[in-house]
Amino acid sequence: MSKSFVRTEFHPDLPPPVSEAGIIGWLRHNLFSTWYNSLATLIIMYLAWLSIPPAIDWLLISSVWEANDYKECRAGGSGACWGMIDKRFNLFMYGFFKADQFWRPNLALIVFMVAMLPVLFDKLPGRKICVPFLIFGFPALAVALIRGPVEMSSFQTPVGIAVWVAMFAAAVFFGHRGATRANAIMSGAGYSAAYIIVFIVFISWGLGLEKIETDSYGGLLLTLILAGVGIAVALPLGILLALGRRANSMPLIQILCIGFIEIIRSVPLISVLFMAQFMLPLFLPEGVKFDNVMRALVGFSLFAAAYMAEVVRGGLQAIPKGQFEAADSLGLNFYLNMRLIVLPQALKIVIPGIVSTFIGLFKDTSLVSIIGLADLLLVAKQSYTDSNWLGLEHTAYVFIAIIYFIICFSMSRYSMYLERKLHTGHKR
Amino acid sequence: MTIEAVDTQPKPNLLNDPKFRAIVAQIVVVVLFVSLLAYIGNNAAENMEKIGIKAGFDFLGLQAGFMPTSPNFNITGFDVNTDTHMDVFWLGLVNTLLIAVIGIISATIVGFIFGVLRLSSNPLVNFVAAAYIEGTRNIPLLLQILVWYFGVLLALPVVKNSLNMGDLVFLNNRYLVAPAPVFEDGFGFVVAGFVIGIIATFFMARWARIRQEKTGEQFPVFFTALGLIFGLPILVLLATGVPLTWDIPALKGFNFVGGVQITSQLTALFLALTFYTGAFIAENVRSGIQAVSHGQTEASSALGLRPNRTMSLIVIPQAMRVIVPPVTSQYLNLAKNSSLAIAIGYPDIVNVFMGISLNQTGKAIEIIGMTMGVYLTISLIISMFMNWYNKRVALVER
Repeated sequence: MSKSFVRTEFHPDLPPPVSEAGIIGWLRHNLFSTWYNSLATLIIMYLAWLSIPPAIDWLLISSVWEANDYKECRAGGSGACWGMIDKRFNLFMYGFFKADQFWRPNLALIVFMVAMLPVLFDKLPGRKICVPFLIFGFPALAVALIRGPVEMSSFQTPVGIAVWVAMFAAAVFFGHRGATRANAIMSGAGYSAAYIIVFIVFISWGLGLEKIETDSYGGLLLTLILAGVGIAVALPLGILLALGRRANSMPLIQILCIGFIEIIRSVPLISVLFMAQFMLPLFLPEGVKFDNVMRALVGFSLFAAAYMAEVVRGGLQAIPKGQFEAADSLGLNFYLNMRLIVLPQALKIVIPGIVSTFIGLFKDTSLVSIIGLADLLLVAKQSYTDSNWLGLEHTAYVFIAIIYFIICFSMSRYSMYLERKLHTGHKR
Repeated sequence: MTIEAVDTQPKPNLLNDPKFRAIVAQIVVVVLFVSLLAYIGNNAAENMEKIGIKAGFDFLGLQAGFMPTSPNFNITGFDVNTDTHMDVFWLGLVNTLLIAVIGIISATIVGFIFGVLRLSSNPLVNFVAAAYIEGTRNIPLLLQILVWYFGVLLALPVVKNSLNMGDLVFLNNRYLVAPAPVFEDGFGFVVAGFVIGIIATFFMARWARIRQEKTGEQFPVFFTALGLIFGLPILVLLATGVPLTWDIPALKGFNFVGGVQITSQLTALFLALTFYTGAFIAENVRSGIQAVSHGQTEASSALGLRPNRTMSLIVIPQAMRVIVPPVTSQYLNLAKNSSLAIAIGYPDIVNVFMGISLNQTGKAIEIIGMTMGVYLTISLIISMFMNWYNKRVALVER
């Protein structure tokens, strides 16, 4: 009989080999796993060594932080001239907006951001107040704050005021009558008319502030106004267009909607802006004057609406047919069907799409600089052609590129966060 | 006792009949639309009469009287002394198509390279690809065009001190000049050889596929195709005694003479469009490859396919289905975005026709209509081609 040795206790675990664990293991597995990976790592490290130190030097070390003109910048260092940004900061932010009125757009932005917080992050309270405020209250408030009163001659005569009061009374009456009879169309039309009248009255009062002409808007303010008005018009109009495109029982409306969407989507924005710039004045009756900013807003909003319509259509198509049929069998009419069943689901699906369309629109606002509006890009261009700041295009471009990047990048990150939140339980 | 039959069915209100309502709604919308058009048309006619502009396309035959492009970059051979607005239109159209075609090709290459790099397991490579993609996607294209033009290309040395690359290619702040091929008699045979090579490759690939389906034997299609497409013309070139010389640029006085000049406007627009659209395509490629489930790769290794065969036979064909539709819309975007040329003065159709011709003639409606028609046509052609391609790669379902 042979003796056999059987272990009675576990051998203690050996430490992992040095080449497989810790920093060395990580390097071996990730940076130097194959010969081409090693080569790529070395090339990238070399390029980084070539480019990063000069970039930091240009941005921070040999840059000039205080200067009164380009000569002082050149003398102070070979880097960026942040002194120019400092001196022209208000131009970059507000354009030629009156300096003593800066608080108005600032206040509008702060109100907007505070009201948006509960909408963006659903853990915060107050959604029930903030959403209706953003949809119904904020547009009027923003117009009043940024534009000031919009004069209406009809408010200056007693007859005109009487007509407005009568119209408001009629609208409220119909809205109330529709509501008591459960007639959605009547109540909807009545109350929206009443809302529109209140809106008009409010912006013609304009909080009693000083009126500011639109051609003094500029810089980041103009960029934000264009993007904001664009999205505010594009969303409702886009929803209508998308519904029209899918209205199979009404082929004529379908054709009109498809034609509008496809034509606008297949031409460049710059041609739409040119159209707004050169053709819109021809189309309007005599005496009606649209200034440049308004024309650009019209063109930009129509352009945005066509893109938004396609995003919304994607959401509508994703709703199973059973949902429409179930709503029909419950006896809901078209309006209630859309409001209670279809649109809440469809819009929820396409929120990431809406955000990414909005990022695209935000970047596209820079095109208005071509038709001569002083948005962020044109202000940058004017800065380095200004006789005091000649030849500082790198500084100006880097500064506005950082602004655009921060805004767009944070929106795209938010959109990813939303996607993760909405896609619950479908991922492997 | 008699019971009166009561018609319990209330008379349906015509307003609640969906068909009737659809008709009414359509009539209302169409009437509104037509009256809007009539109102606009009426206003336009009145306004134009007031400024003294007559509608019509007569202006196309008038002499333009301006030089829309630099004399060194004049593909259509525009002559300032005789040519009309119609020729301006042609010049713009050709330049738009030029930038769109080369932009699409290079953006696709850049996009595929960075899309694959974005999936690299090497964190450094991954980070560089991500930084490029996020950096370009989140900055407006117009700003990038201006940066390339004003920030990079105009910062190059002046013509006299051009960057010299081997005495053949010269780069300065106005243009890049390279040797131009000069074709002599007999070069037609080389072109013919190239065409024959492509046709032969097509039939060879068909034959090889049929043979493989029948017998299972494989044929080195790729290298044979390479030999046919490039080898055959080179052989013909040598056999006919190289009927090709190069026109090498040389600095004479203040300018380069000879060679082919590529203006900085074209270069800036090309670089900006390539890298901007390339970043979007890279994201599409990445999501397409990630959309192929891991089970496919595992199944393919279980069948014994090597990684590169797995990639080319299993992953890429399936990924293409996901990649093609979004990439199509990126191509359309690139074609439309080429209109930003106006910001740096590249003579595309928006710049020379919708810009200068419109300013000179004041025919806003006709010119904007024609320009939009051009973009509509380009968009239609690209979508038709890509729909055809999409059908080829799409999943064939029962």
